[in-house]
Amino acid sequence: MTTSPLADVRAGLIAVFPPVVAVVPFALILGQQATAKGLSPAEMLAMSSIVFAGSSQLIAVGLWSQPAPIAALALMALLVNLRHVLMGASLSGKIAHFGRLRPLAAFLLTDEAWALSERRAIDQPISRAFYFTVALTLFGFWQVASVLGTLLGAHLEHPEALGLDFAFPAIFIALALGFWKGARRTGPVLAASATVAVIVHATVPGAWYVIAGALAGIVAAVLAAPRATPAAAEEATP
Amino acid sequence: MTIDPVNLAAILAMGIVTYLTRIAGFLIADRLPKSGPVRVALDALPPAVLVAVVAPIVLSGPIEAVAGLATLLLAFRLPLIGVVVVGVGLVALLRLAFG
Repeated sequence: MTTSPLADVRAGLIAVFPPVVAVVPFALILGQQATAKGLSPAEMLAMSSIVFAGSSQLIAVGLWSQPAPIAALALMALLVNLRHVLMGASLSGKIAHFGRLRPLAAFLLTDEAWALSERRAIDQPISRAFYFTVALTLFGFWQVASVLGTLLGAHLEHPEALGLDFAFPAIFIALALGFWKGARRTGPVLAASATVAVIVHATVPGAWYVIAGALAGIVAAVLAAPRATPAAAEEATP
Repeated sequence: MTIDPVNLAAILAMGIVTYLTRIAGFLIADRLPKSGPVRVALDALPPAVLVAVVAPIVLSGPIEAVAGLATLLLAFRLPLIGVVVVGVGLVALLRLAFG
């Protein structure tokens, strides 16, 4: 099924609306925290546009001191963002046709853009128009909201009372269900991933739990896969 | 509107490292097979990553666990934005009542 670029832009805007609702309060909180650590609005803008990775930015601001601990911040960013390697590996073949835009697509890769693209890839190919509409919309809102947060920070002291921090997990739960292929195939993946992620999160500091949980999930997938079935027969099943 | 040079260096270091994590997946994926166990593993990656990110958040407290379960059930019925609105509203209400 092929669609026009304009229809894909519209589909991208519709798809990206819920994540924008979730990302804006997150970015406002980030800006407020950055101000409390003595970062200027210009520094916030530099970080949001150059790093453009929410969780690692929020943790970085928590670690920030004057002068900035460069090595610790870089190592933290590496650990928190290692999950991008897995996301990129999964997405790569689905955007092979992006050509020269692939390095830019990589720069704009976020949890939200990745999850929405993978969800769309279930039904139809990911077009450039769809991907960049989603990714650039998130980029734009991220810049504006994080800088705005540095300017209005004082009014946002208890955002958790509004439950806004739950928007992010709610989106991911709903998107994860889109990958459901039956209890026998997907059940073990989700169970293994959730169990290992929770255990590692409780016992190992840092963001290793995402990597550990994801690896447990894919090991479960390989073990649960029907071994006798030839790959060709599997492809034929809708 | 000032940028401290040490802060800028830290931001650049974070940015370079983060970009490497983003491009690395694209570079290794081109060498991966199109079928077999590695393919099965790659196909399972999206839900595995999503659940690994979310599970510790959902199990961080009773309010989050209740809201997480409700979100899961709602997600079979409602569009994404509806799930987010109801999930966020439920967490806010539960925190108001029990927080």
